[in-house]
This record gives sequence, structure tokens and C-alpha cells, in this order.
Amino acid sequence: MNASTSAPKRKLKVATTSLAGCFGCHMSFLDIDERILDLIELIEFDRSPLTDIKHCSTDCDIGIIEGGVCNAENVHVLHEFRKNCKILIAIGACSINGGLPAQRNSLDIRDILAAVYAQPGRGVHIPNDPEIPLLLNEVHPLHEVVKIDYFLPGCPPSGDAIWKFLTDLLAGRTPSLGHGLIHFD
Amino acid sequence: MRTANSSGGGADEKGVIEGVLSRHGHDATRLMQILREVQEGLGWLSPSILTAIADGAKLPRARVEGVAGFYHFFHTEPLGRYRVLWSDNITDRMQGNADLMARMCKKLWLKAGNVSEDGLVSVDTTSCTGMCDQGPAILVNYRPITRMTPERVDKVVDLIRRQVPLAEWPAEFFLVEDNIRRKDALLSHDLAPGDALRALKSPQDVLEAVKASGLRGRGGAGFSTGQKWEFCRNAPGTGSSPAHYVVCNADEGEPGTFKDRVLLSSCADLVFEGMTIAGYVIGAKKGLVYLRGEYRYLMEPLNEVLQRRRAANLLGKSVLGQIGFDFDIEIHMGAGAYICGEETALLESLEGKRGVPRKRPPFPVTSGFLGQPTAVNNVETLAAAALIAAKGAAWYKTLGTAKSTGTKVLSISGDCARPGVYEYPYGVTVAQVLADCGARDTQACQIAGASGLCIAPAEFGRRIAFEDIPTGGSFMIFDNSRDMFEVARNFAHFFVHESCGFCTPCRVGTTLLKNGMDKIHEGHGGEYDINDIWRIIRTLKTASHCGLGQTAGNCVADTLQKFRPSYELRLNVHEFEPAFDLDKALSKMREVTGRDDPGAHFHIAHRKSKSGIGTKAGDEA
Repeated sequence: MNASTSAPKRKLKVATTSLAGCFGCHMSFLDIDERILDLIELIEFDRSPLTDIKHCSTDCDIGIIEGGVCNAENVHVLHEFRKNCKILIAIGACSINGGLPAQRNSLDIRDILAAVYAQPGRGVHIPNDPEIPLLLNEVHPLHEVVKIDYFLPGCPPSGDAIWKFLTDLLAGRTPSLGHGLIHFD
Repeated sequence: MRTANSSGGGADEKGVIEGVLSRHGHDATRLMQILREVQEGLGWLSPSILTAIADGAKLPRARVEGVAGFYHFFHTEPLGRYRVLWSDNITDRMQGNADLMARMCKKLWLKAGNVSEDGLVSVDTTSCTGMCDQGPAILVNYRPITRMTPERVDKVVDLIRRQVPLAEWPAEFFLVEDNIRRKDALLSHDLAPGDALRALKSPQDVLEAVKASGLRGRGGAGFSTGQKWEFCRNAPGTGSSPAHYVVCNADEGEPGTFKDRVLLSSCADLVFEGMTIAGYVIGAKKGLVYLRGEYRYLMEPLNEVLQRRRAANLLGKSVLGQIGFDFDIEIHMGAGAYICGEETALLESLEGKRGVPRKRPPFPVTSGFLGQPTAVNNVETLAAAALIAAKGAAWYKTLGTAKSTGTKVLSISGDCARPGVYEYPYGVTVAQVLADCGARDTQACQIAGASGLCIAPAEFGRRIAFEDIPTGGSFMIFDNSRDMFEVARNFAHFFVHESCGFCTPCRVGTTLLKNGMDKIHEGHGGEYDINDIWRIIRTLKTASHCGLGQTAGNCVADTLQKFRPSYELRLNVHEFEPAFDLDKALSKMREVTGRDDPGAHFHIAHRKSKSGIGTKAGDEA
């Protein structure tokens, strides 16, 4: 009896999140359109804005993260992903280079807050409620904080690029995007 | 050195700028020389000076500012009436430059890299100044002072404080020795000025002789000199003023190299004679020496040699009375940019532009200086060519090996009893060289400079020759007390400074490589970082525009293979650790919100200490 044909393949657990990003990469992910039905045959979503599950299962296979690291909560979430996912993918410009949020790195965060929260005649009141995550001195790309296994650049990467990347990965191939998906000249 | 009136403005400033501009005929291609001379006159290149130069040379102002900003020795902000630059090659580090510089800064109440509040002095580091056999070395207003000691530091500080003009400083400070330790065919030549020229037959005969001699370029790449001259000779000049040019590449910036300095101070006639012969062969009427900014002090002596040669009719119209053989030589100064040793970057710089390498082809032999056919040769190549012209190819071929004829002048520095200049026939073994210069307990040699090859004792039987270890002449020795990781880290920092910034793989890659090395140095590195470093080296090698980026990872790659434990002993981390302290990254927010509760901290242990091994080679600057 041939066991490999009859036993259903285990679905891989995929978690996703957006840190200091704009959710644009997640929107682009949805641009794979009806192929999500094929995808769902191969994976199940764990912690993700798509499921609203709040924490990663301990046995996730793949973590997909958009956005860089700008505050303490981002660090905690990123550590949770690293701890629970076998493979971490940084998706999009912000996760790889810091992107738009990192433009503040050339300024001192104290000066920025003082300018933003200055109230004419009433001084500066910077919010300090424990519920509000503290900002880091600088915005960091993911790979400066934890080990990242794969990088999928783009702002955002197209739905086709994400599809190719994930299907390669799920089939055990090293993802390779090539012309039309990452190179255009 | 004229010092400054750095405040700018006024009739004096206008007068100096106009004087320099008219001396150079308001010629935009002479921008490098114009900027240097104006800066020597006025102290620094203020915005109004740059505007005046742009107007005078009919250049866009952005172009002038772009050039002024590119070169380390041009400054667009005041850097004090005394600018002290410490040579920061690994050999200077090994001779203790870091402590000496700290001593100088302390005595001057100054932080390295800053200008004193009274605008008197600034102290900073610079890439290798070519004084490795007599370091630690400094440049004061671009004049070299060698053999720095604590006493000499104190004396220099005192002279600066008392504002003694550089011309009145003790002459022995500025003594640069040739330290020629071994002479062979080239350094022991017995030719009088003009001998090689008097032996000239037809240009075709001379070309055949140079080709037959097997002479190959001494800068390190080893291209056949005869072939280069033939390509250049056969290429037609183009445009409204067709011409051919000879360029002598004296921009010896490769860390650890100083043989061209010695050749130019002790065999200048032979070098100029080689240029004249090259001009004779390729049909050029003009030769240019591109002299690195660090060797500014050689300019006056070299100009005297040129004057003497003109007076003896060895240069100028109808050389040695031969009608139609006109040739003269001019010296152009560089301004502290390693990349200008690359021949096409050098040509850009000669034309008054930023030293960014050109695309090749076209090669300089068909489209070089001002778009005309140009033969760019190393100082040593030209001297050897003069020797061949005088003594014949058959004699020259008896020296060296079949594929590498002749001799090679090596610049030897580092851990040995007798650093200096050694000339050997090609084919000499590394072991022989080490024995001759009195090296003991040698664990590694870095040959051909920071971009070259790092070899371990098992390879000391290898030979200096194009078919085995090719080199421009740099030969740095490290004994068992040195830490090869620190050697590689020093070079990684060097390439960050010297990348021209034109292509992304090199501009970004050299910085990523440096960051990786620094992370390991700080004790935050793991196997992940080693893998990352390999990835960066691969990208540098395959994607960079020119040789600088392609070779910038060589030393790290070599030491990773041959001295891997010096890395491994620093790897504190099994998984991955950030290069920075996460908890400290919340410091500013804790300050402005006044929070210090557990929620305002990351409870992650973070290694604060450095790895703490191997501190001798290259302590922290």
C-alpha cells in the first residue's frame, strides 16, 4: 500500500502581521485574487489580520511580516513571530529598509515629539499612558532585530510576485522572482 | 605653507583667485589644480570662493562644488590653520598611532574629527600616506612628518599652540627616508640623464624592443606595456585638437605601498626618461604625472628635475636636437582619493572632475585624457622602459621568469627588522623576502595591499610573479602577536572611506561589510553574521562597477578562510543578536515620558562587553 498518495498533506501554518507598515503589502497579498482558494488548500492562516487571531501558535511554519520596527510593541510582536515560526519573511520596503517611517531617523525623536505635542501657551504634553507603546530612538528594518530568512522587496511587491514567492516556498524551492516580478529593465 | 585668513571675502580673496585662474588660463579641465592652489592661498574653499571659481572657469557651480566635495584634501569648511591628519593604515596602527593621536587630541583639548574652538587646529585620520616604513606618520597641512613619538607629538602641539609657521618647523620632522635595502637592475642603474634617449633608434624599433622585453605593467594588473603602447600609437587622435598623451600614474594609494615615492625621489630622471620614450613611441608631445596629494612635498623637487632636463634639452622642443621630437612633462596633483589610482578615474581627475571610473571600452589607449589616445603607465613601468631602451630587450629578458621578466620593487612594512624598499628579480619566494628583511614569527603577509592577497605560512613558498602572486608592490608583514581579524577590519573601514559612491553595490556593500565586521568586533556576532558577510563579499565581487568594489572583500574573505579562529573566538552568539542594545533604544522615550516601569524596558539580556581578545593589532581609534 502506498501511504504517500492517500495520506492528506499537512497544511502549513502561516502567520502574518504588519508592524510599522501601511497594510499595503497585505492589500497586495489579496491581489492574488481567486488564487487564494488554491493557496488555502496548502496552508491555514494562524495569527493574521485576516483571522483576527491575537497570538501565534507555537508551531507556525511561515511568518510574513510587513513594516519595520518603530516601537516597543513591534519588538514584542517580532520576537513572538521569530520564536514561533520556522521561516520568517520580510515583505516590502519598510520591513527591509525601514522605508517611509525611517525618514524620522535623521531627527531626534524628542524634538519630533516636542514639535508635535506642543500646545500654544500650554507647553508640551507627550502622551505617556502605559497602553501606548514607547517609540524606539530609531526605526529599524526587521533583520537588525531578529534573524530574517527571506526578503521579498517591493513597495508593495505585486500580487503575482507574492504568489510566485509563496508557491516556490511551499514547494520547497528557493524563491526566485526574476524578470517582470522584481526586475523590470 | 601660506596659512590663512580663513574669514574669506575682500580684495585679497579676489586677487588670489584671479591670480590662480589666469595662471591656468581659466581652463575648466585644470579645476583640480585651481582648487588646490586657491586653497593653499586662502586656507579653505568657502561658498563664495567656489562661486568665484565657477564663474571664472565658466563651469556650473554644482560641478565645482561636486569636485571640491569629492576629494578628502579639499575642504569646503574651515578645518583650522593647522590641519593634522594621522595616517591610519594597519601598519600605523601597529606602530601605535591611536595612542599618539589620543595624546595629541588631549593636549590640544580637542576631539578627533573636530576643529578647535579658536579655529586654530583640527586633528583627524586619513588613509595610508605611504610612509609605512617610517611611521606612525602624520600630514600637517599636507606635509608629511614621519616617525611620530610621544616627544614629537608634544613638540608638534607646542609649535601649533605658538602658531609657528610650518616653514619654520624643524627640518628633521619632514625628513622622509628612501630606505632602499636591496637594489637590483633598476635601482642600481648607472645611466646618466639622457643616456636612454641617446640610445633611441626609430619609434618602431623602440616599440619592438619593449614588446620583446616582455615588460608588463607594474601597477599590479600586468598588461603588456609594448602592446599598450602599440594600441595607443595606432589609435588616431580625434576632434579639433588631436593629440596623444602619456600619463604617469603616481597615485600610489594602495595601503602599504611607497616604492613610487622612492623611485620619484631617487630615480626621477629615469621615470621622466621613460615618459619621454613612451611619448616618442606613441607620438605624444605631452606627458602628465598624476602625483598623489600625500606626496605634495615632492612637487618642487620634481619640478626642479624637469627644469634641469629642459635646460639639457632632454625635454621641450626638438629633444636632443631631433627635429619633430617635442615632448614636455607637467605634474598634476591629486587630492587624497584612493580611487584615482584606477586609470580611468585618474583620467577623470586629470580633466578636473570627480574621480569616478569610466566605462570600458573604450579603453584609454583609444580614448583617454580629453578623449585622445593615452598611455597610462605606472611609475615603475616607465623607469623599467627607460632601462630597456638603454640596455636592450635581450639583457632585460635574462632577469625574472619567463612570464614575468625583469625586476619588481617591493614596499615592505610591518613586523620586520628592516622595513623599506627591496628590489628583486621576479620569481623570488615570499620566504626569501621575509628572511632578507628580518621578519620573525610571521603568521601572515598581506601582498598587493588592502585589495590584494593575504597568505599564511603554508604559502610562503609562493613566488612574486604575475603567474603566482602579482603585486603592485605592497608587502605588509604580520607576526604571531597580531590579530588578523583586526587587520581585515581596518581594511573594511578603509574601503568605506575610499569608495567613490558611484555604484550601489560598492557604496552600500562596503558599509555593510564594515558594519558586519564591527558587529563581530563588538561581540554581537554569530554564524548568521559570517554567512551574511560571505553574501556581501559575493555581491561586491560580482556587481561592482570597478576593481575597488570587486576587491574590497578580498582581505575579509582570505582571513575568514585562513585565520578563521580569529573570527570564531569573537562569535558570542548562537542564534542572532542585534548590533545595538534594544533596551537603550527606548532611552529617549523614557526620558520624555518620565516612565521607568517594567513596561518601559525590554527584559532581554544584552552583551555589553567586547569580545576582549586580540588587542594588539589596531586598537580602537
